Parts: sequence; C-alpha cells; structure tokens
Amino acid sequence: MLSRVADSLYWTSRYLERAEHTARVLGVQLNLMLEQDPKSSDRRWLRVLASLGYTKPIPEDSDPFTVAQTHALEQITDGIELARENARQVREQISSEMWEQLNRLFHEVRRLESAGLWKSQPLDFLAVILESSHLVQGVTDSTMNHGEGWQFIQVGRFIERAAAIARLLDIYFREFPARQAMDSGEHMEWIGLLRSCTAFEAYCKVYTADLRPERIAEFLLLNSEFPHSVRFAADQMQHSLEAINQAAASKRSPRVAKIAGRLSAGLIFTPLEEVVAGLAEFFADIQQQCVRIHAAIHEVYITYSIEAAIEA
Amino acid sequence: MGTDLIRLPDGRFVVLEDNLRVPSGVSYMLTSRQVMKRIFPELFRYTDVRPIDHYPEALLTTLRALAPEGRGEPNIVLLTPGVYNSAYFEHTYLARQMGIELVEGRDLVVHDNVVYMRTTGGLRRVDVIYRRVDDDFIDPLAFRSDSILGVAGLFNAYRAGNVTLANALGTGVADDKALYAYVPKLIKYFLGEDPILDNVETFLLTESVERRHVLDNLDKYVVKAVGESGGYGMLIGPHSTAEQREEFRERILADPRNYIAQPTLMLSRAPCFFDGKVEPRHVDLRPYILCGDKVTIVPGGLTRVALRSGSLVVNSSQGGGSKDTWVLQ
Repeated sequence: MLSRVADSLYWTSRYLERAEHTARVLGVQLNLMLEQDPKSSDRRWLRVLASLGYTKPIPEDSDPFTVAQTHALEQITDGIELARENARQVREQISSEMWEQLNRLFHEVRRLESAGLWKSQPLDFLAVILESSHLVQGVTDSTMNHGEGWQFIQVGRFIERAAAIARLLDIYFREFPARQAMDSGEHMEWIGLLRSCTAFEAYCKVYTADLRPERIAEFLLLNSEFPHSVRFAADQMQHSLEAINQAAASKRSPRVAKIAGRLSAGLIFTPLEEVVAGLAEFFADIQQQCVRIHAAIHEVYITYSIEAAIEA
Repeated sequence: MGTDLIRLPDGRFVVLEDNLRVPSGVSYMLTSRQVMKRIFPELFRYTDVRPIDHYPEALLTTLRALAPEGRGEPNIVLLTPGVYNSAYFEHTYLARQMGIELVEGRDLVVHDNVVYMRTTGGLRRVDVIYRRVDDDFIDPLAFRSDSILGVAGLFNAYRAGNVTLANALGTGVADDKALYAYVPKLIKYFLGEDPILDNVETFLLTESVERRHVLDNLDKYVVKAVGESGGYGMLIGPHSTAEQREEFRERILADPRNYIAQPTLMLSRAPCFFDGKVEPRHVDLRPYILCGDKVTIVPGGLTRVALRSGSLVVNSSQGGGSKDTWVLQ
C-alpha cells in the first residue's frame, strides 16, 4: 500500500490510544485525589505529569494539579484531533463506520468542552472519551478488512500502549518502594496503577486481591493474555509486523522483524527474578526498544530514501 | 473531455464550449443515476433508459490503451490535489470504481526519468497517470515552482516517454474560447465534413468591427476570458451593472485577444423541484467523452442547473446543481 497511507493509519491509531490512555490515567488520579490526604496532591500530579512525558518545570504562579489538568486535557483533545485528521486524509482506506465514529468523537469532545463539561464534571467528560475510543476500536476491528492497512493500525495502537505502560510502571516503581507491608495509602496507589491499565479485576482473578508490587510488575509486563500488558502488546506488534511483511514483501523487512522480535523475546524469556532485580533498567529498555521499532518501521516502509529502495 | 451543450429556442442543440483540461462532474452523473434508481425504481422498470454505469470501466479501458510502449500490465493511478480540493469526492469515487490507486503528488517520485510511487513494499513504477491536477501545479521544476501538489521531474519523465499523462499537458489550448470559434473550420479542413452540432455565434474581439459593436452593446452580450473555466472571468451583459461593464470594457481594450463575446442566450429551462414546488431553472448539458485508441461516449451526461432563479451560471464550482439525464433506447 502507499507509504503515506500506512503512515496515516499508524498515527490515527497511535494518537487515539494516547488520548484514551491519558484520559484513563487522569480519571484514576482524580478519583484517588478524593480519597487522599491533600498534602500528597502535589507529588501525585508531578507523577502524572512525568508519566505523560511532561518535563518542563512548574511555573511560579501555578501548581502541579493545574498544570497536569491543562496538559492532560491538551494531550487528549490534540490526540483526538490528530487521530481524526490523519483518518480524514485516508478516508477511503478505512471503513465509513470507523470514520463516522471517530468524527463523532471529535465533534462531541469539542461540544462538551465548550459546553463546560470538562470543568464541571471532568469524570463524565473522561468517561465519554473512554467509551468512544473503545467504540472506534471495536468498529474498526469488525468493519475493516484485516489487511495491511488494519495491521498498521494495530501496530500504532500497541506500540503506544507498550511504551505508555512501561513509562507508567517506571514512575510508580520509582515513587513507591516495592515492599510487603504497605500502608493503606500506598495500597490505593497500586490499585490506581492497575486501574490505569484497566487491570485491577483481571489481576485479582490471577493473583487474588493480595496486591504485591512484584506481582503487579509481572502482570503488567509479562502476562501474555491480558490486553494491557507489555507482553501482549509486543506479541500483537510482532504478529502484525509479520503480516505487513507478507503483504508488503519489502526486501528490508527483516530489519523490523528482528527489532520487534527482540522485544517479544525479552519479555518471554527473561526470568522474573532478573526482571525484578533490575526493574528500572527493564522499564527503560522497553521504552527505548519501542522508539527503535517505530524508527525501523518508518525507515523500512515509509520514509526510505530512493537510493535505498532502488538498490534493494 | 466535457463538451457543454445548450438548447436554442428553436430546439436545436449547439456546442457552447469545450473542456479538455480536467472537466469534473462525472461522479455526480454516476451517483445521481444511482440515487434515482434507488428512489424511483418503478420509473426505470417501465422506461428503457440506457445505462451509464460502465463509464468507469470505459475510462479504465481508455487509460490502459494509453500505456507507454512495452508496458503490458500498466500501473495506472489517479493523481489528485488531495482532500481539500472541491472535486475530491469525484477523485476517490472514480479511483475506487476503476480499482486504481489514488495518489497525491507527494506519493510519487521521479528517478532517472521514470515515475515511481512510494509503497510499503518499495518503489513501484507508474505507467499512466489520470491526472486531476492542473498543468500549472503539476511539476514544480517545469511550471509553478511554489506548487506542493505536483511531482518534481514529472514533465521530464513525460517527455522521455516513460509515463503517459491523461489528459496530456497543454490540452487546455483546445479550451481556448477563441480557438473554439475556429472549430467548424477545423472540422471541415481535417475531416472534410460539416459539423453535426453547430457552434454558438461567437465574436473574436481582436476584429475591430466586431469589437466596436460588442463594446457598444455590452449589455446584450456574454463576454468570456478565453482561458478561464468554472464560470469565472465572465460578464453576463443583461445581468451586469454599469460598473462591471465599464471594468470589462477596460479589460477588453487592454487585451482584446483574451476575450470573446457571444449573444446572451436564453439557456433552455427545465422543471426543477424546490421546496415542494416545481419551478423552471436554466440548464445545460455536459456529456463525457473518452478519447483513447477510439472515441467512446456514455449515453447520458450531466445536466447542470443554475440553482438561483433566473441565473445563467450552472458551474458546480459556483454552486450549480445537477440532474440525472436519460437517453432512451
């Protein structure tokens, strides 16, 4: 398929996933804030900013909560707008149902924002985002041909998910020591982490409600069956990249396969003790690998130079 | 190409003008027929209307026949300016119906005078481009250097014979409304025949006698700039203000070669349905003609409607409407 179209499909999906994840994290934190001691508020919102990749210093006349609200909202609305804009450029490639849903989400978000729902009922606003995002993904999966284009959509979704979960885990494990006896406050935070990945109930089914940080790390990193684990995302990515390789038959595809395969292999074969012994490095490595996979995909399928293509 | 026809008060069809650059409207012709069939199936059941939905197939056949020498299974693409163009719907529609790739300028690269498209599987050679981008914008190296819609080096690839452009560059010369005045003579000279459809009486304003007559009677004539399309650059005498006529007088005197004049014709009218009422509106007819190794025409066309009551401007780019058009067996 045309490189430009593949690129647009990848980004539509990636931006939508980003908006959904941000909305979920924000919702969870707003809820937690209600239960928690106001003194911990600043630290909480600095954590949120870090997990969303925001590194600028907080201005003198503001506070972490306000900056986090603004930044998160921007990331959500920008994400949805960019997702829609990318989809619009390749409208004939996606199903009309997918376009309609995405377009509806875009307009609804604008309407709700200007109607003041974000300010008055932020949790309701975020719920609309989450629900609509699921709807777009579901409609895409059931109405679009699972050909090369759909595979690029999958890659975009899961690469964003893997990187976001790894980053979230990184922030949490730096902040909260992984110890057995945690106080109720920390207990709530770990639940918060799981909820940020829609993982609380699934975790409990596997491990019971006994929350242990190591088990949480294991679940969100290595579980092969849960859709919001890094392992699951890596597997999906690899599967989709293989399908793209088949469809595109580019001579340079093996490069992408190797890099994606390495991520999956690391998650399948690294013993848990080793992971636990070096969590911070493990999380950082995953994020770096996602960056490398993204670069490889673009270099092989999308932005390759003419010389490279002619030689191949 | 789209040749615009009108009907005179005596019932004769005459040719109003030719459009050989990138005439639009084919998709409206095809979709309005689809809509009509869905809403009024009984009408079609009892009336022998000739079908037109083979147009995309006919177009594809024509394009295939135009492939450069030695390219047996030609890669045909439709080059569009993109989503912001007013005719974009037509571009995607035709590309989909013909089963060819819809590309924008940025998808194509030229290497060694061969045109390629960037795909995930690598570069794929392009043989025929059905181009819906104007000449001026199609190659920043050859024409407007500020164009971002075109493909650098396309003109060179075209000159080298490695890619076919349909419609070819420069076909716009045939759209020149002054040239139109010579068409009956061209037919006689090249084919030895008289035209089957007449032209509308046309005055070349380079002729001093005719120019003086037209300038003295501007309120009775339609003056057109020879190189424009879409109903732009036009003065409709009876509907104009004194300022507009004065402005055109200046323009004509400054550059007479750039203008022709025709008597204001009452375009024929047809009943149209507006807000629950049936009202007359001025219309013209644009059939679509394909010229490849042979000339093909689908039995139908686009009847274009001037939506404003009394208006004579039917062009879609200026808010004109359209009607499904039937040719009976």
